[in-house]
Amino acid sequence: MSAILSIRDLRKTYDGGFEALKGVTLDIEKGEILALLGPNGAGKTTLISMVCGITTISDGQVTVDGHDIQAEFRAARSLIGLVPQEIALQPFETVLNTVRFSRGLFGKSRDDAHIERVLRKLSLWDKKDTQITALSGGMKRRVLIAKALSHEPRVLFLDEPTAGVDVELRRDMWGMVADLKADGVTIILTTHYIEEAEAIADRVGVINKGELLLVQDKDTLMAQMGKKQIEVQLAETLNAIPPVLSDFGLRLGAGGNSLIYTYDTKGERTGITGLLNAVSNAGLTLRDVQTRQSSLEDIFVDLVAGGTA
Amino acid sequence: MNLTAVWAIYKFEMQRFFRTLLQSFLSPVLSTSLYFVVFGAAIGSRIQEVEGVSYGAFIVPGLVMLSVITQAISNASFGIYFPKFTGTIYELLSAPVNFLEIVMGYVGAAATKALFIGIVILLTATFFIDLQVAHPVAMVVFLLLTCLSFALLGFIIGIWAGNFEQLQLVPLLIVTPLIFLGGSFYSISMLPPVWQTVTLFNPVVYLISGFRWSFFGLADVPIGWSLLAIAGFTALCIAVIWWIFKTGWRIRS
Repeated sequence: MSAILSIRDLRKTYDGGFEALKGVTLDIEKGEILALLGPNGAGKTTLISMVCGITTISDGQVTVDGHDIQAEFRAARSLIGLVPQEIALQPFETVLNTVRFSRGLFGKSRDDAHIERVLRKLSLWDKKDTQITALSGGMKRRVLIAKALSHEPRVLFLDEPTAGVDVELRRDMWGMVADLKADGVTIILTTHYIEEAEAIADRVGVINKGELLLVQDKDTLMAQMGKKQIEVQLAETLNAIPPVLSDFGLRLGAGGNSLIYTYDTKGERTGITGLLNAVSNAGLTLRDVQTRQSSLEDIFVDLVAGGTA
Repeated sequence: MNLTAVWAIYKFEMQRFFRTLLQSFLSPVLSTSLYFVVFGAAIGSRIQEVEGVSYGAFIVPGLVMLSVITQAISNASFGIYFPKFTGTIYELLSAPVNFLEIVMGYVGAAATKALFIGIVILLTATFFIDLQVAHPVAMVVFLLLTCLSFALLGFIIGIWAGNFEQLQLVPLLIVTPLIFLGGSFYSISMLPPVWQTVTLFNPVVYLISGFRWSFFGLADVPIGWSLLAIAGFTALCIAVIWWIFKTGWRIRS
């Protein structure tokens, strides 16, 4: 695998001196799905805007399939499709015209069959002669995606594609992303929804305050940093952790009738057997045992708060 | 050169024009007819002739210029301002096109619309007066250059404008007075000597004078000056637009 998008020490400083991006370096492999997570104002959109040519670059270098985005902007940009965060469409145009325009703008010759395929896939074909202004918010978002796909990009940026859309459209979109990946399209998406990254991404990057805190394979990340918890529910109510159990680092659950044990999944010995034996030896009666795995969201909150970064 | 992109922009802009074809067609016909009724019939009956040309015919070049300049500016400024307003400019900025191609698309479309209006007015005029064109080639060159250069100016205004009010500001406060005071409806030789000198600082005088020369062979200023003025104005507008795209002024953050 080779990097289709290569970002080297990319920086953005605005006129007022505000540093929106503080030297981001990132390689994205052909055909992978990278999810960029980060709070509002972290620099996700700035990063995308710079790669796409909407915002000027203060310093650094970006290549798309080996083409520098400044020196060879035509070759680089013709490979990129962008679905912006905000819905931006000419209100009085028809869906078909708008999408055809995008294809032409990217220098691709007219291909009605391709446009029809894209519109059908996004359930827009029935609306092809409808004016944009008559469409619902979700439909408008589909039009934005259709525009980006109209010129057959090899790299697709989805800037918060599912912000404010209903569950059905979100599922549709995830399905579409999977299809695009199968066609070999590289996808970079930003999102606030951790479950979105968890559901579709191959790798996850976390951005905060203009810095890329981490980029890692999603499963590795989950395995490395994911902690598991066991909640041992007891028949008895306790006031404090019994001294014989003090070595396990337990926490008393609310109400005093459960013990919460946190362990690392990557550890060779989780200590679960020992704990359960010790609980039994302490004369306590087990009522139930529940396990819970920390989600990407917990990891993300930890990272952004500076906990484990 | 990404000609497919130029054509895409041009076609997209022209479609907007054709959607409102009746409006685009009727309003210049109506306003020209009104000018002929008011200026040609009412006032013209008292003026009779200007330098050997009937007053009705004399005002035709000025009327054409008035509409062509206004239309070129408003179409081009609206054409590029609207994507800024709706946010769709993101697509232009991220597309594999350079400034020249964007300008060719938008300005080309705006100039075409203005040209269309100019031709409609000329045709309307033939219903009221007997129109002779002494120098047809010069007439076409002047008309095309005017459509083009003022569409370029409109493009600049569209980029500069931060809201719809500003979009109207330059045409209303600067361009319309310059056209009205540029000899659209009179020969500058009719003015007192001081105002004849002052009026030479109005660039539109050179355009209208040159355009009128192509019809009747008579001009307020030498034809060379007129050509130089319109060519210089076009070059200036192109230079400003080149600078806008180079620096990203008001379009790229």
